[in-house]
Amino acid sequence: MLIKPAADIRPSEITPESVYRSRRRFMRESGTLAAGAATLVGTSAVGLPAEWLAAREVKPGEPIGEQMTSESDATSYNNFYEFGTDKGDPAKYAHELTVDPWTVKVTGQVEKPGKIGLEDMLSGIDLEERIYRLRCVEAWSMVIPWIGFPVKKLIDKFQPTSDAKYVEFKTLHRPSEMRGQRSFFSSIDWPYVEGLRMDEANHPLAIFAVGMYGKLLPNQNGAPIRLVVPWKYGFKSIKSIVEIRLTKLQPKNTWNVLQPTEYGFYANVNPNVDHPRWSQASERRFPTTLFKPNRIATRMFNGYDEVASLYKGLDLTRYY
Amino acid sequence: MLSKAGLGIGRPQGSSGRPRTLAGAFGSPLRVAKLVVFCLLALPMALLGVDVWREVAQPGSAFGPDPTEEVLHYLGQWGIRILLLTLAVSPASRLLRKPQLVRFRRMMGLWAFSYIALHFAVYLLSKAGNPFELILKDTLYKVSFAVVGFYALVMLIPLAITSTRRWQRRLGPGWRKLHRLVYPAAFAAWVHLLWLSKGDFMDPLIYGLVLALLFAERIVFRIRKERRAAAANAG
Ligand code: HEM
Repeated sequence: MLIKPAADIRPSEITPESVYRSRRRFMRESGTLAAGAATLVGTSAVGLPAEWLAAREVKPGEPIGEQMTSESDATSYNNFYEFGTDKGDPAKYAHELTVDPWTVKVTGQVEKPGKIGLEDMLSGIDLEERIYRLRCVEAWSMVIPWIGFPVKKLIDKFQPTSDAKYVEFKTLHRPSEMRGQRSFFSSIDWPYVEGLRMDEANHPLAIFAVGMYGKLLPNQNGAPIRLVVPWKYGFKSIKSIVEIRLTKLQPKNTWNVLQPTEYGFYANVNPNVDHPRWSQASERRFPTTLFKPNRIATRMFNGYDEVASLYKGLDLTRYY
Repeated sequence: MLSKAGLGIGRPQGSSGRPRTLAGAFGSPLRVAKLVVFCLLALPMALLGVDVWREVAQPGSAFGPDPTEEVLHYLGQWGIRILLLTLAVSPASRLLRKPQLVRFRRMMGLWAFSYIALHFAVYLLSKAGNPFELILKDTLYKVSFAVVGFYALVMLIPLAITSTRRWQRRLGPGWRKLHRLVYPAAFAAWVHLLWLSKGDFMDPLIYGLVLALLFAERIVFRIRKERRAAAANAG
């Protein structure tokens, strides 16, 4: 993968590769153990059996030369309004969700629509690790090692028709287990919806993730299956997906419907287009400390220059 | 100011020589009550202080991965709560017919101001690393929720300064008029909260309801007062 390290990253922030490699080996070797513990603890129930991941070969990810966010930060500081609006709410309440069994419905402009169990759906798909920057629209960022596979691999299984121009994704709507969906004060019209243009979804950087940090996804991070589109703001990377619909028309994504002047359909990371309430020119890279926000410059497409060709001729100020 | 009773003069003393009641020890029931209220309002700040201490000793231990934001929100929440509590003092004293409640108002207002001023300081801290003009522009006119928050704070500054008895005497009847600024300030603070909320509107709805009730009480009170005055004139 061609991910260049940022020019302004201090050497001290880079995990030495030798350390990284040995940690990786440790993670792989202790994978069974860790995944087993996860189900026992219950705070991170998973939609796939614990052995599922352990039994699979995961192609290791390329280090990107940036310090990874700690697993505890990445699993305790989340925006997942289905469980509440505080950053700590998802870690507190996501265990109330049952993700096993899990089925995904694929509909719309496909030759072979269907509704199938997650495990069957993923059969024959190779897993790989991807270490990605995650840039939230709220101007903070993390670096997370995901485990997943390209979106294209899954969508191709259902054979899109020539009318498929966009992909729409939906999160589970289950108020009985997702307390944010029961909230009287919420202005969100559940379920949460996101979408991509077909060529965006087919880009090799766009993945479905089923794991992170060598384990299956914890619920608060979008178990059992979520989208990760690293060159777009985090809200595009929809969690706990139950429906994938291929469409002719551009899907209406939740935040765009709610506040169209603040959140667009594209939501490409762009330091030159400010959010009306804050600048997007820089971001706080976690962990920050009390007296040092650890502010770094935000890069166009979050530093993933290889996607630029998707937007040739598109006015990114207008289509933010 | 120590009262006679507080010094134990002219009162029978216990064998230990200390005043018998707690109130006696501090001067008067009002002083004790003031101390209690002071401590209650200081408590959130003290708890924050403990967490900041922990955080400084071991970064990441007290506030999670984004401590500045956490502290910012905490101070904003307590700022608006104590501000609304301060606004509730006069109505409460009228409804409960306890005029002495008003004696707590200045201290409460100053605590509200302290939380809010610190909230603003932490906002500036959270913006550290940005060009100065950008922060200035955002705060003074560009980012609407920050702008109304800023003007709420600006309105509170003269109130904090003139909260002393000396200023009260110096300004005479003008003091009351000036201090009516607290209403637009509270309203601006509420708009600040409304504009920064997204996806969930519990806080602006609840605080807005409280603010509306306090406004309503004030209006009803004024109307009644005017009617009484009119009736007195007519009679
Ligand atoms: C009377 C004055 C003010 C009051 C009562 C107030 C109160 C609040 C409250 C209640 C919150 C929400 C906290 C939460 O979500 O838990 C908040 C957030 C915030 N306030 Fe204020 N505030 C005031 C003035 C200011 C000023 C002067 C600034 C800076 C210019 C400011 C900047 C912020 C920021 C940046 C946030 C967080 C916004 C976000 O999360 O997106 N506030 N404030």
